[in-house]
Amino acid sequence: MDGGERSGDDSSTITRRTALGGTAGLAAAVLIDAGAAVSAAPAPPPGATLLIKPIVNGRVTPVTIDPRTSLLDLLRELLGLTGAKKGCDHGQCGACTVHIDGRRVASCLTLAAKTDGRAVTTIEGLADGDGLHPMQQAFIDHDALQCGYCTPGQIMAAVACIREGKATSRASIREAMSGNICRCGAYVGIVDAIADVAGKGRRV
Amino acid sequence: MRPFTYVRPDSAQAAIEAFAAAGPGARYIAGGTSLYDLMKLDIERPEHLIDVTAIRGLDGIETDGDRLRFEALAPMSAVAINRVVLRDYPVLAESLAKAASQQLRNMATVGGNLLQRTRCLYFRNGAGGVSAGMTYPCNKREPGSGCAAIGGLDRGQAVLGQSRSCTAVSPGDWPVALVALDAYVEILGRQGTRSLPVADLYRLPGGTPHLEFALTPGEIITAIVVPKAAAGRQSTYHKIRDRESYAFALASAAVALDMAGDTVRQARIALGGVATRPWRAVAAEAQLAGKQLTRETAIIAGRAALTGAKAGDHNGFKIELAARTVADALMIAAQRKPA
Repeated sequence: MDGGERSGDDSSTITRRTALGGTAGLAAAVLIDAGAAVSAAPAPPPGATLLIKPIVNGRVTPVTIDPRTSLLDLLRELLGLTGAKKGCDHGQCGACTVHIDGRRVASCLTLAAKTDGRAVTTIEGLADGDGLHPMQQAFIDHDALQCGYCTPGQIMAAVACIREGKATSRASIREAMSGNICRCGAYVGIVDAIADVAGKGRRV
Repeated sequence: MRPFTYVRPDSAQAAIEAFAAAGPGARYIAGGTSLYDLMKLDIERPEHLIDVTAIRGLDGIETDGDRLRFEALAPMSAVAINRVVLRDYPVLAESLAKAASQQLRNMATVGGNLLQRTRCLYFRNGAGGVSAGMTYPCNKREPGSGCAAIGGLDRGQAVLGQSRSCTAVSPGDWPVALVALDAYVEILGRQGTRSLPVADLYRLPGGTPHLEFALTPGEIITAIVVPKAAAGRQSTYHKIRDRESYAFALASAAVALDMAGDTVRQARIALGGVATRPWRAVAAEAQLAGKQLTRETAIIAGRAALTGAKAGDHNGFKIELAARTVADALMIAAQRKPA
């Protein structure tokens, strides 16, 4: 299973986003109301909203969405979880990588509607409170980032890479991480960080 | 993106009924890695989405008996690490492992991947969407509008199977491996079930490049069946890309060999990255039958595989590249231990 949900009171936390004037948390609260449940026919009319209940970072999160919404937009715009980044929005860069039921996916190419009842883990759900996940610490230790934009996706992919048993060599890590692009070119540090965590045999 | 209705039935039969009830503009969606992507580009414009991923009991992998059977909703990543597939059919495992990224392989299904649409730049980027520089004609996107790739930036375009209407490459890896192994698909529709060779699922563009697949509206691919063959052990999927990983093929070859010592009893060869559909290289197979496999006979077979190839302005390199890809694939496969 994925790491537990983040502890602590998020509402009292000043994040970059809230500091920038975002009202995502409020938006999510307002949107939690009755929409059409996701089920079989009859089809709701075009433009109808859907009520879904994904389990986001361990917490059941009922939310009403437009069916067009991507998981990435749900996380960032409706739930205020801005860790997953929008790079290409077409599944080509990996910046939006999150886990669904423990498997890494591109959240930008995932219809949010598909996550009804499923466990979604984002970078915000990886740490144990204020204690960094070993992979987060390894990225710091190995200078595995420059601008940091791709980093949440890199870390979510890196954790999955180890869980999949693919961190067996530098070549295997590079292949398993090829879906995550880093335009700053921090690849050497990224591979170092993953090899470090995998080499210590720690459960991630 | 245009609005659509969305339902998520829990059985194949219910999905087919939902499709029929929805009427024109209905589409099935599985992993969504191709369809949802193209909807964002305003190239796909479904009015009704029937999400098939909640259908229960349609993601099994069976390897007993005289065939492999992959149910349509099995993720590409799951089939790629199946132990029997890895050991006895490396061509299948490699075709999946070398496709896309692990994120996308976790999302995409082995059934849906068969229906992936082309990556032709003019098809993908020419619809006038936000990420497009401008609007380009495309007979696949807008029938009768013309083809900007012909005489345009055609480095990535097909050298086999193209027409005066379309030169778009069939993008898949997995379908190429399946075609080499004579796989077929099981299809469910309102009229019941039928099966179809994977090779026949793909239409040549001819004058109607917008018609890509030999499925009738409302039909669902429910499984892929691969007849077991001893040649599976001596097989490989060799893929040449602009970068080492996570790219579409410039040229690829699926090869499986039935050998008697150094002599080829039967070779199965299919090409990807260079043709408008997964391309079985029958002439190359005939060329090799009964011959000793050497570097020389392999390259002769590789050239035979490109019989009839025609280059545009910038993709002539693909003809020699594909021939050598076939030759290299033959030599890699021959080094593997037979059953």
